[in-house]
Amino acid sequence: MSHRFGHMLGIEPLTAEEIVFLLDQSKPFQEIQRHPLKKLATLRGKTVALAFFEPSTRTRISFATAASRLGADQMNLQAESSSLKKGESLLDTVRTLDAMKPDCIVIRHSSSGAPDFVARHLPLPVINAGDGTHEHPTQALLDALTIRDRRGTLEGLNVTILGDILHSRVARSNIHLLAKFGCRFTLCGPAMWLPRELECLGPPGTSIRRVTRIAEALEGADVILTLRVQQERLHEPALPLDEYILQYQLTPERLRLARPDALVLHPGPMVRGLEIDPAVADGPQSCVLEQVTNGLAVRMALLFLMTGSGADTPPEKDSSHAAD
Amino acid sequence: MHIVEKSQLMTATEIDRTVQRLAHEIVEKSGGTANLALIGVRRRGVPLANRIALAMRGIDGVDVPVGTLDITLYRDDLSKVAAQPILQSSEIPFPVDDKDLVLVDDVLYTGRTIRAAMNGLFDLGRPKRVRLCVLIDRGHRELPVEATFIGRSVQTSDAEIIEVRLNEIDREERVVLVERVS
Amino acid sequence: MLLISNGRVIDPATGTDAPRDILLDGDRIAAVAPQGQLAARAKGAEIFDAANFVVAPGFIDLHCHLREPGGESSETIETGTRAAARGGFTAVCPMPNTRPVNDNVSVTRSILERAAAVSSVRVWPIGAASMGSKGEALSEIAAMKQAGIVAVSDDGRPIASAKLLRQVMDYCRALDLPVIDHCEDSSLFAGAVMREGKQSVRLGLRGMPAATESLAVARDVQVGELTNCRLHIAHLSARASLELVRAAKAKGLPVTCEVTPHHFTLTDEDVQYDTRYKMNPPLASREDRDALIAGLADGTVDAIATDHAPHEPALKDVEFDRAPFGVTGFETALALGLDLVHAGRISLMRLAELFTSGPARVLGMTRRIAENEPGDLTIFSTGHNWTFLAQESASKSRNSPFDGRTFRGAPMATIVAGRIAYRR
Repeated sequence: MSHRFGHMLGIEPLTAEEIVFLLDQSKPFQEIQRHPLKKLATLRGKTVALAFFEPSTRTRISFATAASRLGADQMNLQAESSSLKKGESLLDTVRTLDAMKPDCIVIRHSSSGAPDFVARHLPLPVINAGDGTHEHPTQALLDALTIRDRRGTLEGLNVTILGDILHSRVARSNIHLLAKFGCRFTLCGPAMWLPRELECLGPPGTSIRRVTRIAEALEGADVILTLRVQQERLHEPALPLDEYILQYQLTPERLRLARPDALVLHPGPMVRGLEIDPAVADGPQSCVLEQVTNGLAVRMALLFLMTGSGADTPPEKDSSHAAD
Repeated sequence: MHIVEKSQLMTATEIDRTVQRLAHEIVEKSGGTANLALIGVRRRGVPLANRIALAMRGIDGVDVPVGTLDITLYRDDLSKVAAQPILQSSEIPFPVDDKDLVLVDDVLYTGRTIRAAMNGLFDLGRPKRVRLCVLIDRGHRELPVEATFIGRSVQTSDAEIIEVRLNEIDREERVVLVERVS
Repeated sequence: MLLISNGRVIDPATGTDAPRDILLDGDRIAAVAPQGQLAARAKGAEIFDAANFVVAPGFIDLHCHLREPGGESSETIETGTRAAARGGFTAVCPMPNTRPVNDNVSVTRSILERAAAVSSVRVWPIGAASMGSKGEALSEIAAMKQAGIVAVSDDGRPIASAKLLRQVMDYCRALDLPVIDHCEDSSLFAGAVMREGKQSVRLGLRGMPAATESLAVARDVQVGELTNCRLHIAHLSARASLELVRAAKAKGLPVTCEVTPHHFTLTDEDVQYDTRYKMNPPLASREDRDALIAGLADGTVDAIATDHAPHEPALKDVEFDRAPFGVTGFETALALGLDLVHAGRISLMRLAELFTSGPARVLGMTRRIAENEPGDLTIFSTGHNWTFLAQESASKSRNSPFDGRTFRGAPMATIVAGRIAYRR
């Protein structure tokens, strides 16, 4: 059964069926990455606006490549651009982009709820590439695709998330997604980044526990999601980095406390020697490179689903194949 | 607007006989099956390709490989498709380079599907030769595409639709001519 | 002359709940008598038939923002007071955070002059406690009192330090002026845009805990005890703060407090990313809201005040983080209060008290329906069904979380100084 997505603002409102659909629809795009010629003409003539109000290299390049490989054109807005420095409001900036008639807009912004705000004001599909500390839906989808490919399932896994969870949109989106498949969560980090309210994320009945000792957190883990230490997020008080390394770095010894086939995921960019030991980052359990490839596949799938077809025109002649 | 069945074009037996005949024809006109491969265009081209390959085993004793191709990403008319098409994966478990390929589909009409299929094939490599095998050719070509192996040619009008129904997908086995009626 | 006939008079100051006719002459109440008995005296008077309506003393709003001078694109004295009249208010107390700040006589006088020219209701300004509300030097409090302020506050902000608060309170005690404080601990507030809790974590928005307010309330109560000056806590929103006020009152300290209609109606669960739900103090938890309603009922809360804070649409139509705090409230206050009455949480007499004698007492005045009292009355229906549409508000601004909400009960007429300032 097919699903339509008007916007992709977050994982929380999606059903498990919709998520499975998105992951399944990503598979052909994983395959395309293996072709000698990786370029399609599927979205030829379409324009994807990339509005990145927060600095980002990896996610932006991933979306840009996804658009390119589908044959779409791009409009690029980056935070360093002068109009934002001149005090132009978010609304005016996106309205300017909209006046050039893109077919969808991918937005990353430091304010939680900014994509929701844009979606309420513009008549085009909005994809959230990360908003404040709220959600990062494509990250959670690519993580889920990676886990499903390696493990064969998303059901009932023990998921441990390490780091500054309070300020992590990646953590939130992952919890929202995996909770829909009955996963159990252990959140681990310094106490000030683990408020009690985190236990209320996910649908009612979701099992989430908070733990400050990493050894306890890793026992029995199937999936370990290592978060970045976000020095740019200016939360007070800052924790000395050496403290963090001592208490929370994912080392090979600590990794052994988890299940032998436990997966290690990281949203990137990694700081080797800070939150993750290089041996773990490069080891067989690490999925970081697949995450990048899957990120491309998931973003291509989303762009295809949200801008690929039109709903307003009547079916054409060859539509007997369209319905297939 | 609804669909009305106008006539039955082929029975189950006729379909089977045609498939057998097509298999023979392909083998005959290929100078052997050594480098041959079939590619079924999703959806109904796939069971047809499988059946032709099965029939070929009976003739030459050779297993001709069968791949499946989903053309959704290669269509030139995506924006005109009302329903959100579901992507299936393509599965071509053999290298395409230098292969003697036969694309298999149920109905040849405007030719756009086959053009998209060729785009998809050429993304994978450089086949030696690509020929087309269809169960029904209903005319009304919009592109210069021709089928080498044709089950049956049928004259149709634009308002008519030919529906090939196969057990593997539709749980019945026949070809019907239907019409859109307001 | 104006005769208000056939109404049900509810006057908390005298405990009256009875059918009475009221005759207004000039700007005063000339007579109050049982129904029908003023016919002779009222010959030639304009008659307002208040059948099926409640007639209460004129409502007072202790806390609002009229934005003039300096913020006229969001509201003016003229438009704000028109909205106040539509809400049934006969007197409003605008806070001093205008541009320039109302911290000296000339600003106070200009506000009063403007009000005299265009206002629909009485305007009783609140003067700034410190110059520019910067929390450094005292403002011209005595001069402003002479000019007509009724209280001091640095609202928009807390009074900056305990030391300054003590100085202000010592000074105001001698002038018999109440000090109104916007209670907030700046370090816990910094950067927050809503109440800290499940919802703020879910939405990824920075939150402030209830202690942001209650820590400051505790400070103020203790400084108040040192000075014995009248202290009024603005827009109280947390149960913890309410308990501190309750304890202070039990000790006999001159502490009072107000609660806004949005705080006794909504909670932080109502916040999504809609900036019409963003104000300071922010919408609180269910437990807080329920405690506030209990406080309204048991007398711990002295007044309902709107904290009407208009912002023109362009200012509010931005990402949640960037939007200014504030919601409008004049036109929906009474109806939201009546919702509590309909739900059986408070009595109608108590509701009237929260709008009349309660706020009057905070300002050191009286408010009642009796001969020779000011001719200010609020006439309302408890049953009239209507829908509030922000588009139709008399305010210049549209930032209300109650846009589109249906109510049972509404202001029907507002009488100020003997004249009808608003009639539905």
